[in-house]
Order: sequence, then structure tokens, then C-alpha cells
Amino acid sequence: MFSLDLLFEALIFGVLLGCFYAAVSIGLSVSFGLLDVPHVAHPAIMVLGSYCTWLLATRSSLDPLLAGVLLMPAFFLVGVLVYRFYYETFERRGSDAAVRGLAFFFGLAFIIEVGLILFFGVDQRSVEASYIGKSFRFGDYRIPMRMLVAFAVALLLTFFLSLYLSRTFVGRAIKAVAQDEPALRLMGANPVRIKQWAFGIATGVSALAGAMLVIVSPVEPAMDRVYIGRTFCVVVLAGLGSMTGTLAAGLILGIAESVVMMLFGASWAPAVAFGLLLVVLGLRPQGLFGR
Amino acid sequence: MRKALSFVAGLLLAGFAALASAQGNPIKIGMSMPQTGSLGAGGQAALLAIRMWVEDVNAKGGLLNRKVELVVYDDQTNPANTPGIYTKLLDVDKVDLLFAPYGTVPTAPIMPLVKQRGLLLMGNFSFQVNHTVKHDMWFNNAPWTDASSWFDGWITIGKRVGGKTIAFLAADQEFAQNLANGARELAKKAGLQTVFDQNYPPTTTDFSSLVRAIRQTNADLVFIASYPNDSVAIIRSVNEIGIGSNVKLFGGGMVGLQFTPNMVNLGSLLNGVVNYNSYVPGLKYPGIDEFLKRYAQKAAEAKVDPLGFYLPPFNYAMGQMVEQAVNGTKSLDQKKLAEYLHTHEMQTIVGPIRYGPDGEWANPRVIQAQFQDVADKNMDQFRQPGKQVILWPEQYKNGNAIVPFDKARK
Amino acid sequence: MKFWIGAALALAIGVGLPLLPVNEYVFYAGYVVLTYVVLATAWNILGGYAGYVNFGPPAFFGIGAYAAVVLFKWLGAPLGVQIAGAAFMGGAMGFGVGLLTLRLRGIFFAIATVAIIFIMETLMVNWRYVGGATGLQLLRPQVELYASYTRMLFAVIAVMAVASVAIARYVQESWIGRGLRALRDSEEAAEGCGVPTLRLKLVACTLSGALMGAAGAPMPMYLSFIEPASTFNLAYTIGSLGSAIIGGMSHWAGPIVGAILLGSLQQIITVTISNEMNVLVVGVLLVVFVVAAPEGILGLFRKVLGRTSK
Repeated sequence: MFSLDLLFEALIFGVLLGCFYAAVSIGLSVSFGLLDVPHVAHPAIMVLGSYCTWLLATRSSLDPLLAGVLLMPAFFLVGVLVYRFYYETFERRGSDAAVRGLAFFFGLAFIIEVGLILFFGVDQRSVEASYIGKSFRFGDYRIPMRMLVAFAVALLLTFFLSLYLSRTFVGRAIKAVAQDEPALRLMGANPVRIKQWAFGIATGVSALAGAMLVIVSPVEPAMDRVYIGRTFCVVVLAGLGSMTGTLAAGLILGIAESVVMMLFGASWAPAVAFGLLLVVLGLRPQGLFGR
Repeated sequence: MRKALSFVAGLLLAGFAALASAQGNPIKIGMSMPQTGSLGAGGQAALLAIRMWVEDVNAKGGLLNRKVELVVYDDQTNPANTPGIYTKLLDVDKVDLLFAPYGTVPTAPIMPLVKQRGLLLMGNFSFQVNHTVKHDMWFNNAPWTDASSWFDGWITIGKRVGGKTIAFLAADQEFAQNLANGARELAKKAGLQTVFDQNYPPTTTDFSSLVRAIRQTNADLVFIASYPNDSVAIIRSVNEIGIGSNVKLFGGGMVGLQFTPNMVNLGSLLNGVVNYNSYVPGLKYPGIDEFLKRYAQKAAEAKVDPLGFYLPPFNYAMGQMVEQAVNGTKSLDQKKLAEYLHTHEMQTIVGPIRYGPDGEWANPRVIQAQFQDVADKNMDQFRQPGKQVILWPEQYKNGNAIVPFDKARK
Repeated sequence: MKFWIGAALALAIGVGLPLLPVNEYVFYAGYVVLTYVVLATAWNILGGYAGYVNFGPPAFFGIGAYAAVVLFKWLGAPLGVQIAGAAFMGGAMGFGVGLLTLRLRGIFFAIATVAIIFIMETLMVNWRYVGGATGLQLLRPQVELYASYTRMLFAVIAVMAVASVAIARYVQESWIGRGLRALRDSEEAAEGCGVPTLRLKLVACTLSGALMGAAGAPMPMYLSFIEPASTFNLAYTIGSLGSAIIGGMSHWAGPIVGAILLGSLQQIITVTISNEMNVLVVGVLLVVFVVAAPEGILGLFRKVLGRTSK
């Protein structure tokens, strides 16, 4: 049942899905891509963001997106603390920080997951807003508004983060710390404080991504597990630490899944995404848009 | 020597046991229940109902003049946990009777165990789990037998409203696949033309493209076999994308639309969906209204499914059946109990139940009901009959289907 | 020598205990614990010695389980053949992963292994012969010698646990282990000193994969059921990685200690506290250990011993 019409449509939905993937991954693109922190708890923190959004949005009838924005400073602080802790216990000790750091974040993810179950229960949660459930008509196509929200969030985050990293002093320092830490130290800057700041930003961004997640689909506490693979897939595909690369990688993943879904059926979609990741890792480990 | 020793030990044990029971030590009923994981929400509601039965039976003086005690563990919806839990229940806790965990997957691994040991097992909303093992002491509390018990009603309604083509969408998960496989065959038998047939992975985030693909096929009937999280997402996508004015019947096997939080959240988006159910208001079973009233109070405290139509009454019924069998046979002998359950009609709050030789209901009673006239953000509306209009089985019918699907949504 | 006496003793208990009239529950719970011993020991060959974090134990475990099911369904193969087949498949996959990811640094390797879990799960979900997403119920054959199939499985997994520990110990003490440790500390330096890092990584990957595959083989028969979602469950990652880290990664004994502790703890919590706390305990333990006792229980032990001897 191949037709140009279907292909076109697969592309549209692929782009929307891809932007969604980019938006959930962009925080990780900073924390893992730039800072080399094996942050497998990133999706868990995002789901935590979703639940906090839900709490704010239902209790005080705030718009979920606004709630997500309001949560960003709090999550920024959490991120700063988490990084500080991570640095003191692992990075400073050196040697195989990677293995233990990984295990630490893995444990953290589980603690967050169970914390959510204890606090919110196992039911799934969803939020309400004027744009959820509506769709945007475009010729014969109807596009869900919530996916357009994801689209906008992804574009905005990519835009502002790239701008921040290339135009501001701190932003450039973050990029510098990723490339050549000793040099930065020689220049008299404190790399730990810069990384701490950057990790805070990454976590703050996760709050907004979490708000977007709960807008796009209902959330449940164990949802982070699905996104561990997907987010790392996007960041690695992108090549570490490139914001526009993250958007592009998200798009590739989204379009690949969407086209495969059309050609071979939905049940093959996950294998293709991860197969793509393996191929990239095998052939070009620095990622498609790597530095 | 060893034989003699074990004989003496056995004698002693038997003596102690006799002594203990004479002093009225409790009858222990053991089970695992998914309280976390994908079936956790349903499991917690079901467990509350079982606890209510235990309370009730103890208020009446227990069984055989002994108190009933429930021993329950959380299997986390993981089948790898249940064999260990059930041997612990049997060999360490020494329970007298067994209830199965909610769901097919956690139940499957314990079937050979109970068969090998010749134990009675009261099944709990699993689907065709006794199919391979063929244990003759298995009794499922779910109102279905095989796929035809689900699908016949839906397809009859579908053909009646003029359906000729059908589309299938099923989750790539155990139960949904079992159901869809059966449904596919029955659709072929019924002479329906399949125009779309896809499985989707449980990690699917957005159903827009699938819904749109179904829409493009212009199918008359759309059969969905989905899991709770997906069911909500699918209904939302259908609302956004539109399924096409041609669709006459939509739904069938969507798990999760029976759970109160989902029903309240989706509200008017549910209108028109014709989906399976186990109990909906309007069914007149003796004692059910009183049960649901009491359940609602307790559920509010326990923060579980507030209405509890889907699982709780049947879990309570499971207790009632054991109660009748034990009182009827005046014994805890597993064989006698099983024979009693096979040969007698059980009276429960979900109506009379008679068992077939495979331990499933002799007369399955899966309800196909259409959501009609549902408003947003209102839980109490679902307590009245008429919000879920019963279309099948014929003898319970209390309204007519609104077709096509789009019409019911206006 | 001491090791071999211990091993023989463990073997004798593992094989002999199921013959005695011991409570059946011991074998059901013990089976799971011993599975974790095999998984954690296998994980440690790559993760502990070489510093390569494998997030994919479910993939290897799962391919082993499914290989066993295929052999059983297709040829009616006995358990021994199933295990051999599973080990072969697991080893082959380990070799493949090794080849594909040779050039990858630690975390990238970890991500590649996560990808493999999802790919394997998708393949099995779509493969009707082994039940697909619906799963497959299996009827256990009759057993001889042992009173029940589970008792026999316990003996089998006990043998596998002892064997995998012996292999891990051999690896640790031979040139392979020395090379892997050199490679963990600095891959470039090791390469410079003429350590065949490529070959070593391949050996470790293959061996680790084969053992994990073998660990999966008896699982379908233990459950008499197989289904992809629970077979490729992330719980196996936490179990193997957590056991190795909690026990201590630098020595072959670490994963055993960790697996026995973590495995038994989980079994006990399941039947005592029995709720959400169950998952929490593992997470908390993992964090506490990596933060406060990076050398694991063995490290703590050594510290205490060192202090008293001073």
C-alpha cells in the first residue's frame, strides 16, 4: 500500500515525533553530551518533572506548559546539587568513575521511580489544557495540537540553548570545559562550577521537557525505562553536545520510525531506531554531527 | 530407618495439625497480587474486594468455625516472581487454599505447579491460561472463555449495523495478542473483509499515524485490543485525527476503559465507543449494589479505583464461591471442593456461575456496552445505568447502539 | 587448592541438597539467587575486570532463554543441549557486540548494549514460532533422580554457578585478567605495552555473553512459560550490575557475595514487606554502595581486616 500521499504523511508525523524525541533528549545532550556525565537518570528526572507539572497544573489550574516553566528554577537547583554530589563522590576520586557513576545514576532512577509510586500511586496521570485534544487542520490532514506543542518546545529549546552556548560567556565556558578542561583551568576559571551550572541548566530543561511529556501522553512512574534507550540514542546519533545535531538526530529517529511503521508495521519501529543507533556506533562513533 | 523416622515425624505433624485446628487456628488463603507494575492499579482494587470478603466471612463466624486469614504478596506483575511466591505460600506459610494473581502472565508459571500438586486454584481474570496445562481444578472468575466469547457479541452488533470490512489494531502484548488472534479468525469466519491489521509496540508514544492509517482504509468496523495506557492515548488520537464518518463500530477489546480514573479523564471522548466490560450499572445481580456502595467507601480511603466495576465484584465473587464450596462440602479437601465447583451453580454478586469442564464459565457473560451521553469530569454519572448502554448479551440489552460512531460523538 | 575444595563442597551441596527432603521453597527461591550468581559473575568479567559496563544482561539472558525454547520445541532437546545451545548463542552475540563496538569508550558500549535489548525483544515479539508477544506455555518433561523438575533445575543452576565462578577466577588470575585490568586503567597505555586489547575484549565479551546466555537457558522451564516483556526485563541488568558493585568488582568472589545478598534480600522482601519498597531497596543499596563503599562488601571486609592486623 505504498503511495506518495502516505509517504508525505509519514514524513509529517515523523517530523512531529522527531521533535518530541529531540525535546526529551536535549537536556541529556548537555549533561551527557557536553559534560560526559553518564546521566541515565535523565528520563526519570523528566518523569518527575511530568508529575510535578501534573501536581501544579491540577492543584492551581495552571497551564501545564507554564507550570513546566515555573518548575525550571527548582529543577535547576536540584541539578546543581546532584552534580555537586556526583562530582564530590565520583569525579574527584577519578579512576573508574564512569562505571560507578553509571551505577549511581541507575540507582537514582530507581529511587525516583519508587518515590513517584509511593507518592502518587501507580495510576497514570494526565493534564488538561485548552490545546490538548484539539487538532490543527491542514488540507486533508489533521495534526494534534499537543504534537505541535512538542514541536514548538523542541525548536525553542534548541534555539535558545545553541544561542546560549555560542553567544554568552558562561555558555562558551561550558563548551570549553567540554573540549579542554585543563586549558580552562589555566585561564583561571573553575571548571567544576561551570559544569555544575551546566548540569543545573540541563536538569531545568528536563522540567520543561517533562511538562511536554505529560501534555503529549499520560505518564506513569515506570515510564522512564522506555526513554533511557531513546534519549541516549538521540544524543549519540547527534554526536555529543551538539544542540542542532540533537534536533536533527531526533528528526532522523522520528522519521525512520514513522516510515518503517508505514512500510513494515508498527511492531518493527523500535528495532529500527536502535538498529540505526548500533550502525552509527559501529561505523561512526563520534555521531553523525560529532565534533 | 529414614522411612521410620519420617513416618514418626509425619505422625507428629499430623497430630499437631489436628490439635492446632481444633484450637481454631485460621484457614489461610494465599495469593500474590500485582500491586506495582503494569497491572498494579487493577490489582490493588481487586485486593480490596478480596479483603472485604474476608472481613464479611469472618463477621459471619468464618469457614468451618475457623477464621479466614489472607496471606498476600506483591508479584510486581512479573511472572518470574510468582513460582517462588506460590511455593512459599504452600510450603512455608502452609496455606489451605489458593487464589491466582490478577492477569494471565503472572498466573501462567504457577499452572504446572498446582497441577502437579493437585491443588484447587481460583483464577483471576486471566485469559486461556489453562489451555495448555488442562488442570481440572482450575476455576476462573472472569466472565469469558475464549476469543469467541469476547468477539461474537461485538461482531454480531457490527454485522447488524451493516459492517462488511474490519480493521484490527492490537498491542504487541500477551493478552491483546491472544484476543486479536482469536478475533481475526472469527472475523474471517463471519465473512468480514480485513482491510487493516497491525500490531503496535507497547512503547508507542503517539498514535496519530496509526489512527490516520486506519481512517484511510474506510473500514466499517474497527477492533482495538489495547492496554490501559495505550487505550487512553488511542481514544485521544481518534478524537484529534478523526476516524472517518464511515466507521460504524469502534472498540471491542480495549483494556483500561473500565478503570474509573481513565473514564473520568476521557469523559465525553468516550462517547460512541463499544467496548467489552465485566459489569456495568444496569445489570441486576443480587447484592451487587450493596457491595459497590461499601466498596466505594473503602476505595476512597485506600485511594484505589473509586467505582470498582471491573475487577472488584468478581474478586469478591471468587471468595463467595470458595465460601459456598467449603460450606457445601464441610471440608478443605481440594478434590472435593473442585468437584463441588464443577457440579454446582455458584451464587455470587455477579450472578449465578456454572463451570465448564475447562474451569471457565459454561455461559460466558462478556458485556459489550456503548458509552453514550457521557459528560466531562463527572465520576458520579457512571453510577447510573445508561451511560454504558448494554448491547450484548441479548438478555441484558438495555438500549440501542448509536451508529455510525461519529453520530454518537455529537 | 582451597578454592577447589570450596568449589567441590558447593557443588556437592548444590547437587545433593535437592535429593534431601528439604522444603521445596528453598529451591524455588534458591534458583533465582543462583541465576543472579551466574549473571553477576558473567557481568563482572567484562564490567569488573575490563571496566566495560554492559547494560544488556537481559539481551544475553533472553537470547539464551529463547535459544533453549527453540531447541526444545524444534528438536525436543534435553536440558543439557539447550544450555549448550544457549551458551553458544550468547557467546556469538557477545562476539558480535564486541566486534561492532570495539572502538567504543565505556559509556558508548553501555548504550550499544541497551540498544541490543530492544532489538532482541522486538525480534522475539515478532517471531510467531516462539509465541511472539503472547508468549508460550511449556510442559515440563518427566525427571529422573530428583523428586521434582524444580529440584533438578536447582542442581543444574548450582553446577552452572560453580562453573562460571571457576571460569571467572581463571580469567582473573591468568594473562587475560592481567590484560583486562591493564586495559581498564588505560586502554592506550595497555596497547602501547603490547597488550592485545582487541583480542582480550573479544574474549571477555564472548565469555561473558556465553555465561549469561547459559544462565537464561533453564528459565523457560523454571517458569514453564516464556514471554518477551518479562524475559527482556531491565531487572536483570540491575540484578547483575548491582550484585557485582555491591559485592565488589575487583575479585571473583565479589559478585557471588553481592548476588547472594541482593538475591536473597529481594526474595525475602517479596514475601515480607511485599510492596513498592521492594524496588526501592535495590536502588538505595546501589546508591549507598557506590557512594560510601566503592570497593563493595569485599572492600569493606579488607579494610576491617587490614585495620585489625595493624
